Amino acid sequence: MSAVSKDRWHSAEMPTPLMELRGIAKRFSGVTVLEGVDLSLYPGRVQALAGENGAGKSTLMKVLSGVHQADAGEIWLRGERVHFTAPRQAMDAGIAIIHQELNLIGGLSAGENIFLGREPRNRLGMVDWGRLYRQAGELLARLRQPIDPRTPVAGLSIGQQQMVEIARALSLDAEIIIMDEPTDSLTDIETEILEQVVIALREEGRSLVMITHRLPEIFRMCDSVAVLRDGQLVHDGPTTELNENELIRKMVGRELADRYPYEPPTLGQVMIEVERLSAPGVVDVSFSASAGEVLGFGGLMGAGRTEMAQAICGDTSIKAGEVRIRHMPVRFTSPRDALRAGLVYVPEDRKQAGLLLEHSVANNMSLAALPAFCGPLGVVRAGQEQAAVEHYIKAFHIKLQDMHQPIDTLSGGNQQKASLAKALMTEPEIVILDEPTRGVDVGAKREIYLLINELKRQGKCVLLISSEMPELLGLSDRIMVLANGRISGEFTRDDATQETIMTAAAHTNSATETVTS
Amino acid sequence: MSTLTMNKAATRLLIDNKAFLALTLLVIVSAALSDNFLTVDNILNVLRQSSINAIIAMGVTFVILTAGIDLSVGAVLALTGAFAGAMTASGLTPWIGVPGTVAAGAALGAIAGAFVAYGRIQAFIVTLVAMTILRGAALVFTDGRPISIGTTEAADLFWQLGGGYWLGVPIPIYLMFFVFILCWAVLHHTRFGRHVYAVGGGEKVARLSGINVNRIKISVYAISGACAALASVVLTARLGSAQPTAGTGYELDAIAAVVIGGTSLMGGRGRIFGTLVGALVIGVLNNALNIMGVSSYFQMIAKGAVILLAVLLDSRSTSS
Repeated sequence: MSAVSKDRWHSAEMPTPLMELRGIAKRFSGVTVLEGVDLSLYPGRVQALAGENGAGKSTLMKVLSGVHQADAGEIWLRGERVHFTAPRQAMDAGIAIIHQELNLIGGLSAGENIFLGREPRNRLGMVDWGRLYRQAGELLARLRQPIDPRTPVAGLSIGQQQMVEIARALSLDAEIIIMDEPTDSLTDIETEILEQVVIALREEGRSLVMITHRLPEIFRMCDSVAVLRDGQLVHDGPTTELNENELIRKMVGRELADRYPYEPPTLGQVMIEVERLSAPGVVDVSFSASAGEVLGFGGLMGAGRTEMAQAICGDTSIKAGEVRIRHMPVRFTSPRDALRAGLVYVPEDRKQAGLLLEHSVANNMSLAALPAFCGPLGVVRAGQEQAAVEHYIKAFHIKLQDMHQPIDTLSGGNQQKASLAKALMTEPEIVILDEPTRGVDVGAKREIYLLINELKRQGKCVLLISSEMPELLGLSDRIMVLANGRISGEFTRDDATQETIMTAAAHTNSATETVTS
Repeated sequence: MSTLTMNKAATRLLIDNKAFLALTLLVIVSAALSDNFLTVDNILNVLRQSSINAIIAMGVTFVILTAGIDLSVGAVLALTGAFAGAMTASGLTPWIGVPGTVAAGAALGAIAGAFVAYGRIQAFIVTLVAMTILRGAALVFTDGRPISIGTTEAADLFWQLGGGYWLGVPIPIYLMFFVFILCWAVLHHTRFGRHVYAVGGGEKVARLSGINVNRIKISVYAISGACAALASVVLTARLGSAQPTAGTGYELDAIAAVVIGGTSLMGGRGRIFGTLVGALVIGVLNNALNIMGVSSYFQMIAKGAVILLAVLLDSRSTSS
């Protein structure tokens, strides 16, 4: 954009690293998380950082951005050795990190969030709102976001919130922008927009680091990829040098034979019928699903899939239409009713809706199924409860030290498995899984897929909501697509392709967009 | 060897429970400063004096575990104490009067709880309003005058609950430990207890886990009210009369005991044992300052300082 960044762009052709990490090591209470990690970041390059959950990616980025201090090793920035002792120092040095859990204040507007703590002032020392919103608007426009900077952030989609975070990084004029799982909660269209933003930032000569579980994006968006495994750098090189399967092999250190282990269904009786269901965010949705079937739900973020699930399980109220379970009409007024009728909803938002993060793994896992372990006067039979928890820990390969440790000390994949175990302990017949592999690494994903197949084999009826297209295509027996709260397509496994589903998902959306713009 | 493991267990207890550490320190300091502190009579005295606050605070613990707050317990105590006084004065046996009083307290709490649960009003506001209304109601009911429990046979039996002894130990101490064991059993060994923690840990999670969140909320305020009512029985019995302005400021002592005991005001985290210890910390402090002849004005300042210290200690240890 300016002359300075242009110079930087030219100098990138004779690569001198903008930032260098040499021999970084980090231990947490005796456990080695990082060991001898070297990494160089170049201007005008996008560096991917891949690895399973717990491989040390996030820790490395926290060292880089001053959140943690390395126990050993050196950090060099623009040819000078630096020691960051606080995130603020890294920020001042031009390093911005966009965390997986977005750091925005919901009640404040997008503009206020972008300039939080650095609000432009007028001569009287008061906030110059006009300038603030103008500049915020310009930043968002640069990201091609039709977001009004005056909208409270809480009213934006997660994808839009991400863009607000990126706009904040831009407002800091950060040269190094780190994105931790930026696309994990984005829809495919939002991901595409992000991709263009990344390309634009790279052209400006900024150095980007992307941590992602979504492998195709590494090859599409990144110039080079570094792989961490158990805290060590096992690979670093241009993305053109390897393909997806080789990358996976480097990440997990073993072959993953079949990523989507599909099994044909043995259909039982019709378990759930939804007829002309309307609820907040849902319009006139009808479908049915049988025992032993995985019915997939595709669509863009905000298409109404989560809202549909919430209405079905009684968390929100139904405005019109009917839900029948085993042909019997039901009217759930709370998730409690649904659980009793054998329907369980595993929410997408593990942290807010799925698990009590401060509480123990055991207490979380048994929470919904507690009535089954209770004797007279509601006394919990601790032995029975513990046995059930142990059974699921083993069956789901949940890695932990102690079932009484707080659940937020587990990795994302293990948390998700615990979340599934919690739901299945209630012995449901119908399971609604909302983004069951979000924030989960490749290895754990496969384990969750195997669990879904196991449910199918047991004759459970699975409604699978997923924004990850290959996953949806790989696991579902049939696929419904929602757009703007309505069903916009229904596909058999054989008809469904990424293209047909995308078309159905985007169809009504683009129609309304042209109307409004 | 066994003393070694016992020592280990004792150290563990002290480290795990900052409130217990504070209590131990306070007892050691008090004993060093005054010969009269560590006598059987005085220990029983401290326990008896702490019993009222402890009973109230254990009820409030349930509310705070759900991330709520109950400012109305002092007022509930005043009004239910007046009920208890009036019932006893009329010659009604405490076998009916006391359960009746406790039930009245539970009902008053449940009403406040219903506003919190269904009215979706903040607990602070609801219980502040309840405090104002019930204080007024207590004055109306007593006409602003104390109600003597009288000298009937029923009154004698009732008096035992506050002033009586069994095996040389004051009855209120038994009541305090009875409430403690009951609360402990409910919180740690029943589904209801788990649900209380779950609601405080995350309401949305609790609801999706099939928990009837509103029912839990109403129940915890009912428990808080019931405990305040039981405390009112002890107080009224001990004084021999119901005071219209009894229990002023008790809500703050109760909340202080809960917080000193390590229960998080954000909900979902805490233990009933901590609350018991917290109440004893306040009790020992009051007692020690009295014995040392510190003026009651300075006592308030000292009490505030100790509460601050205890909470600081706790937040330091949990944040690191």
